[in-house]
Amino acid sequence: MGKRIMTVDDSASVRQMVSFTLRDAGYEVIEAQDGRDALAKLSGGAVHMVITDLNMPNLDGIGLIKEVRRNPAAKFVPIVMLTTESQDSRKQEGKAAGATGWIIKPFKPEQLLAVVRKVLG
Amino acid sequence: MTIDHGQAFVEEAHELLAELENSLLELEETPEDMDLVGRVFRAMHTIKGSGAMFGFDEIAAFTHEVETVYDKVREGQLPVTTELINLTLSAKDQIRLMLDGPQTGEAPDGLTSGEIVAAFQRLASGTEVRNPPPQERLTGSEGASPPPLPGRDATFRIRFLPSPNIFLSGTNPLLLLDELRAMGECEVVAQLDNIPSLADMNPEECYVSWDIVLTTDRGMNAIKDVFIFVEDDCRLTIDTIEPGAHGEVDAPHKRLGEILVERGDVQDEEVSKALSEQKRVGEILVEKGITTSAKVESALAEQEHVRKLTEKSQAKDDGISSIRVPADKLDVLVNLVGELVTVQARLTQTALLLNHVELASVAEEVERLTAELRDNTLNIRMLPIGTTFGRFKRLIRDLSQELGKEMEMTTEGAETELDKTVIERLNDPLVHLIRNCIDHGIERPEEREALGKTRAGTIHLSAVHSGAYVVIQIEDDGKGLDREAILSKAVEKGLVFPNAELTDREVFSFIFHPGFSTAKEVTNVSGRGVGMDVAKRAIDALRGSIDIASEKDRGTTVTIKLPLTLAIVDGLLVRIADDHFVLPLSIVEECVELTKEDTEKSHGRNMANIRGEIVPYIRLRDEFNISGDSPDMEQIVITGMNGERMGFVVDNVIGEHQTVIKKLSRIYKDVDAVSGATILGNGTVALIVDALKLVKDAELRETACG
Repeated sequence: MGKRIMTVDDSASVRQMVSFTLRDAGYEVIEAQDGRDALAKLSGGAVHMVITDLNMPNLDGIGLIKEVRRNPAAKFVPIVMLTTESQDSRKQEGKAAGATGWIIKPFKPEQLLAVVRKVLG
Repeated sequence: MTIDHGQAFVEEAHELLAELENSLLELEETPEDMDLVGRVFRAMHTIKGSGAMFGFDEIAAFTHEVETVYDKVREGQLPVTTELINLTLSAKDQIRLMLDGPQTGEAPDGLTSGEIVAAFQRLASGTEVRNPPPQERLTGSEGASPPPLPGRDATFRIRFLPSPNIFLSGTNPLLLLDELRAMGECEVVAQLDNIPSLADMNPEECYVSWDIVLTTDRGMNAIKDVFIFVEDDCRLTIDTIEPGAHGEVDAPHKRLGEILVERGDVQDEEVSKALSEQKRVGEILVEKGITTSAKVESALAEQEHVRKLTEKSQAKDDGISSIRVPADKLDVLVNLVGELVTVQARLTQTALLLNHVELASVAEEVERLTAELRDNTLNIRMLPIGTTFGRFKRLIRDLSQELGKEMEMTTEGAETELDKTVIERLNDPLVHLIRNCIDHGIERPEEREALGKTRAGTIHLSAVHSGAYVVIQIEDDGKGLDREAILSKAVEKGLVFPNAELTDREVFSFIFHPGFSTAKEVTNVSGRGVGMDVAKRAIDALRGSIDIASEKDRGTTVTIKLPLTLAIVDGLLVRIADDHFVLPLSIVEECVELTKEDTEKSHGRNMANIRGEIVPYIRLRDEFNISGDSPDMEQIVITGMNGERMGFVVDNVIGEHQTVIKKLSRIYKDVDAVSGATILGNGTVALIVDALKLVKDAELRETACG
């Protein structure tokens, strides 16, 4: 596989769980703790997929998605948002910003992997 | 893993709570600071989200109430009041209690928790309806939730027209198609009509749409789930196709052309010519510009898909129906087919002798049908032995673990077919033999290493057809049988005189005596001395034989030879002087000539040079003591057995022969080199050569001489 996935979340435990699950499935994982951190690390090298939380300090998920879509190199990278929001509005906002899909927390490792496979192939 | 993450969550939550306290205290002084409100909200949000992920549902539900209120504060719908701060602080304490609860064993105080929740709910409901609780299900992943119920197969027509800017959301439509393909039988036709000319094309937009016909048992919702992320960015239609709508194709009424031909009004060729001029409806529609060829192609794909499906379901229906028949009925059938094959051989020969063309063609037809009938009849009873071998894999694995040994199993000839009842009755003896082999034969890993062997012992199971027999071998590379121990035990049991001279084979055969065991201790696997005699009795009952060869520290080979009760095999008919013999065709590789010159050049060593490879041969004329001189030009039938090549020299190769194997009478039961006989078309008898046995005997002689 060797696909590289970035997980962006201000909660260390969620980051840990996501990375553990993905690494276990053979993916390479980069962790970032908020949107700004993610953008800085994105410029470091190619990332095949981004999994991001929406509520984060400094730069939130929506802002991150918009920034990534503005970057020609990462324009078509699949971005999946992690959201606890039951309202459609945040999801729609994310979609409008260019998110590929979403996962609603709480989720199980296999649900995460199913979505990764869906958008990453 | 969950415990690990759970611990990480608890630590993280404690940090967040400490931060939360600071934020709250600051907020008390500057109630208008929206940054602080945001921080409080995020802390609650994270605790809620992560808590739910790691199974802290109580905390998640509790925090949800607090979060709802702070969401409203953030939106400016609620003011920051001292009451709110106080309430949040006690909520914070409550969360800490809940976090520590499971560790210290003290349950969170339900009353306080309830009071706080009620207070927050009062605050929230002051403005608006409250949000649903946070236990939403994940909707974004279809793979996580298995299909609701293994429903019935249904066929769907899916039209997927993504919006041009679908790539901008990082979606790869091809992955969606792959996902559909993984769900069942699937035909995909791409519609390329919308692709603009190169000059107008924007490579970052998607111009292609797809028509998909999918048969799956997962149902409509599973298909919708595939498209869940893109449902707003595409035009998607999913319809169910009723198979019945296409089922009328094979309507009973005849076509016009067929009727005209039948009445003699038109010739067959004329009809087909007219038909070929007639255009297909799709072509006409395309020509008139009503639709595009891609659309027609897609419709045809659907038609084809449904047709295949119907065929398949019919085939499946046919396959399901089976009949149980008593085995003796099949025996009678097999016997009759055997007789028929013999008669057919005579018919063919008679036709040849009479030189009658028409009779010859009938005879040929009968020969073809008989061969098919023979194969089908025999096939009814035959099963490959592979399934039995497969079962032993598990047995070996379990046993070796139980006994603390390491084992590997290899198999060969799993496709060898044997009569169903033989296979069934063979199972128990084989289990006994394999058990013995693991328990007594294979040493412990440390012992093996000390002997310079691999840690893991090997058991090799093989099955091969040998004339009218199937030979099954169980080979291990263990410590071998202890000749002395067996002999002394046999003496002790009074089976043999102490000073008797016995061959290895005779000594080893003692282990088949009832109650014979040299094991010093009895394990619950073997060692009680039952098993080997049971195995032998079972093999005897199948009229087979069992044989043991063993070499100290090198291993043991158990050979089971089973007759095919009545089998008909393809043989190669050969002649030596006036006698006919049959070699099983399955082992024959080629036939080459052997001249007197060749024989002289090899200086009596019975070796032939076949394209640079030295192949030993056996002169059947010498082997069977057939008198008379061999012709100048002889034939060698080259055979391949157990990976080795061996030639058999005969006078003349006649050709392929359907061989009905007849048992020889009991008088000849000691004749090793012949495994049976068959009746030829002219009524004479040809003996079936047991090639494997001959090779073994020859090898024995060689070793004895050299």
